[in-house]
Amino acid sequence: MEMNTNQLKRESTAQNANTEEASLVPAVDIVEDDHGITLRADLPGVSKDSLSIGVDGDNLTIEGTVSLGESQRMQPVYAEIRVAHYKRTFVLSRDLDATKIDASIKNGVLTLTVPKSEQAKPRRIPVRAD
Amino acid sequence: MYPSLTNHSGDLFAEFDTLQRQLEQLMGLRGWPSSIRAAGRGAFPALNVGTTEDAVEIYAFAPGIDPAKLDVSIDKGLLTITGERADDVPEESDKVTVYARERFSGGFKRVVSLPADVDGSRVDATYRNGVLRIAIPKHEAAKPRRIEVKSH
Repeated sequence: MEMNTNQLKRESTAQNANTEEASLVPAVDIVEDDHGITLRADLPGVSKDSLSIGVDGDNLTIEGTVSLGESQRMQPVYAEIRVAHYKRTFVLSRDLDATKIDASIKNGVLTLTVPKSEQAKPRRIPVRAD
Repeated sequence: MYPSLTNHSGDLFAEFDTLQRQLEQLMGLRGWPSSIRAAGRGAFPALNVGTTEDAVEIYAFAPGIDPAKLDVSIDKGLLTITGERADDVPEESDKVTVYARERFSGGFKRVVSLPADVDGSRVDATYRNGVLRIAIPKHEAAKPRRIEVKSH
């Protein structure tokens, strides 16, 4: 945990250093079955066009920008969502086929499926008796 | 100094939460005042309220809801949003493993006080990309206006 603390501090410093915009971590549900992994993420205010899903090596990154279409002259009175950007990264494993990811977004919920690669699908291992 | 770090469950997603909280603290967002009707963390749906010259606008971040199941009402300067969100996570079984269940499910109710004298009889509510936008026009008397200064 000590190392994690340092990691967190380093990442926070890096975040401040390059003044990158802060992002929200979307809540997710992740379920695995024989076919693969299904991930659902809450991305309210994100449209199909402002959503980006990228795979870099083993990393799957979901990013989205909130656009509410509010008036320029609007004065905020009270805000619980103060950052207009979502980002979350997951590490995939070798048994998943990252080339066949399917993603759709409806009513601000992203549904993403990552199928298992063919050789990783479950099968019975016969046990030999000697 | 970091009380959230002493409370580690060993869960990767809890660590994501921790990181987010720390970032929020560092960015100075935690110090913002919270509504007395939303002091608990993570109330669903999250609300933003803003005003323009003509109207008060409320944005409820409520993804994945059937708009027919959203109920919006206004009474004495309080806006109430109630609804229900279905649980999308299947039952765990031999073949199904659930790794994360962070998304809210079940019934919800949020109450927010409206910042100005508004006309509750002409409310416009639209649901788009998982955000419910409620626009309530201000009463004529509450709208900003210019007062002419007369000279003698």
